[in-house]
Amino acid sequence: MTAATTKQVAKAREPDGRAEGTAAGRVRRRLTSRTATISAIIIAMVWTTPTFGLFVSSFRPENEIKTSGWWTFFSAPHLTLENYNEVLFGTSSSSGRLASYFVNSIVITIPAVLFPIAFAAFASYALAWINFKGRNWIYIGIFALQIVPLQMALVPLQRFFSTGVSVAGVSILPSWDTDYVGRFSTVWFAHTCFALPVAVFLLHNFMSQLPRDLMEAARVDGAGHAAIFRKIVLPLIAPALASIGIFQFLWVWNDLLVGLIFAGGGEKAAPLTVRLADLAGTRGNEWQRLTSGAFISMVIPLIVFLSLQRYFVRGLLAGSVKG
Amino acid sequence: MIANRRNRLVALTAVAGLALVGGCGADEKETLDPNSAECAPYTAYQGHDGETVSIYGSIRDAEQDSLNEAWDMFSQCTGIEIEYEGSGEFEAQLQVRVDGGNAPDLAFLPQPGLLETLVEAGKVKEAPAEVKTLAEQNWTKDWLGYGTVDGTFYAAPLGSNVKSFVWYSPGFFEEKGYKVPTTWDEMTALSDTIADSGIKPWCAGIESGDATGWPATDWIEDVLLRTADTDTYDKWVSHGIPFNDPKIVEAVDKAGSILKNDKYVNGGFGDVKSIASTAFQEGGQPILEAKCAMHRQASFYAAQWPDGTNVGPDGDVFAFYFPAIDASQGKPVLVGGELTAAFNDRGEVKAVQQYLASADFANSRAKLGSWVSANKGLKVENVPSPIDKLSVETLQDENAVIRFDGSDLMPAKVGAGTFWRGMTDWITGKDTQGTLDYIEDSWK
Repeated sequence: MTAATTKQVAKAREPDGRAEGTAAGRVRRRLTSRTATISAIIIAMVWTTPTFGLFVSSFRPENEIKTSGWWTFFSAPHLTLENYNEVLFGTSSSSGRLASYFVNSIVITIPAVLFPIAFAAFASYALAWINFKGRNWIYIGIFALQIVPLQMALVPLQRFFSTGVSVAGVSILPSWDTDYVGRFSTVWFAHTCFALPVAVFLLHNFMSQLPRDLMEAARVDGAGHAAIFRKIVLPLIAPALASIGIFQFLWVWNDLLVGLIFAGGGEKAAPLTVRLADLAGTRGNEWQRLTSGAFISMVIPLIVFLSLQRYFVRGLLAGSVKG
Repeated sequence: MIANRRNRLVALTAVAGLALVGGCGADEKETLDPNSAECAPYTAYQGHDGETVSIYGSIRDAEQDSLNEAWDMFSQCTGIEIEYEGSGEFEAQLQVRVDGGNAPDLAFLPQPGLLETLVEAGKVKEAPAEVKTLAEQNWTKDWLGYGTVDGTFYAAPLGSNVKSFVWYSPGFFEEKGYKVPTTWDEMTALSDTIADSGIKPWCAGIESGDATGWPATDWIEDVLLRTADTDTYDKWVSHGIPFNDPKIVEAVDKAGSILKNDKYVNGGFGDVKSIASTAFQEGGQPILEAKCAMHRQASFYAAQWPDGTNVGPDGDVFAFYFPAIDASQGKPVLVGGELTAAFNDRGEVKAVQQYLASADFANSRAKLGSWVSANKGLKVENVPSPIDKLSVETLQDENAVIRFDGSDLMPAKVGAGTFWRGMTDWITGKDTQGTLDYIEDSWK
């Protein structure tokens, strides 16, 4: 059934895709010419050179990193895995111990991606397909929240975690645990809050474009909102979910600010990025560690990106333009 | 149902991740019998078994390991677990945590100015009587003053570093027959001699990311302590006299007679302007290649020499005291250091605070190397490296006139803002008066 509905929807949306002989068609033809390909390759190479240099550096011995440029590697190749060994498995706080921060990053990232997507999917469905009073106002309210910079919310949010909420001396919400399980949950909470406005906005636009006929047909067959959401909407919005998932994943994985403030700097809860920022040592004299540290932190995003990139491109524009 | 299978996979990964974290949870700390002989020095701090004290500071990496090792015995004998966290974003983060109601129990503040800000916000607890007594016993009045705000004593000093040092190569000096200068004039004469031999005598680097310019501010402060009296210095840092006072102009020009002298700088790097683009970590390295003879930088520069460099009076590099201009005024010493401020007054926090102010801790930490304290109870023989010995001797010298790094005492927007930027402009060609006027304008 899934495949059938997808095809149906694809057919229904085809008018958007007609492009032959139009401006889009011309652009496509020009972009596939030989000169365009060559310049694309050149741009890609120039773009990749610094990353490549970093990669080569990460395998060079400390003294060479500090005294000569990475290109000298080609005339005098000395390879070592010492940098990786040091940042990954060093046992003192003078070395990286990235292995445990790596786990922290995963523990922070997965829920911080799943929670906002789940909430946003429910919320967008309700806003798009359930008729109730004021839903447009709620939607505009959520939409408007996008312009609030998250930096503004850091201190109030931290106060909320550390003291809870009380009105006139009556405690409504207790303060959160600050042991490390508690710290993870505060980071999840913060990331979820900050991600929801954009996620709701994108998913709502995507969902509201689904053909009304589908919903009505399902309702005639006796499906309630729960069944419609699960059996019809969810499979159809999979590309959008995947693209939001990648965005949110990269954002959370690369985030330093939220992690630093809510998870703290300790080994128990801090993500990789926090550790990377401190890796160079008190006086910045150990910066040879940064090369290998950077590559370790890149591994997971690269895997995620490469394995999900078709969703990324397909879903990039999904929902962002109302057609 | 491809979507479903993927969801299951993600959920599985999440569970596995969580299990992994649960698996490597807190390992039990070993403890010693509190009544044993080894624990005798710690009986005064006992009675808080099982409690935890959190400390936040900017010290991290190898120095953090040494700190943990230094108070390990204390922890084992008292049962107080000390949870130390070091961060490169300490100054900004501490404010956020304190504002957010999530302050650490203790913080090692590298800037007396920050202590003042926090005290004014009503966040810092007054030092307990025991800590005050200990501090008065172990530190000089100058030091106590930096932990005092409006007459109330809040924070005992912890570590210290000496900034009035000039790094040089003993081997190079010996080979050429140069003598370590003990007065300013000797130093100028030596600089001329070296310059005439075709080597630029001084090297410097002030690039340091967001903090670019700070090594130059240290230069100015150090020279000001030599061209003017301490009274002028104190008034200058508290804005009792304008930032562009003629006395300050004189000091900056005096520093400029070395730093902005094309004959003297920048050995191993290029002309005067190259100072601004040279990383502070690299600034003194040409000394090792005999491309530069002298580099004025704090004692902590010892950590920047490559592995295997012998730092000592007859090694590859060592430091001499940045000489005074008028020896009759004593030995001005520019210092930096940390202050231990408390945000909580639970019993165990007081116990740790008291221990950190004691000579026991200073000796225990100093034995592990690359750390010095102005604590009078610190014994020189407990300090392993020659450069740290020299620092302790300089700090404990009877003639020493100790002054804290001025930019750490000024309001952050000046001391960690326009002063840094102004000095960078000054190095790249702006005139002294214009630079000081710019900084004065920013301090309103």
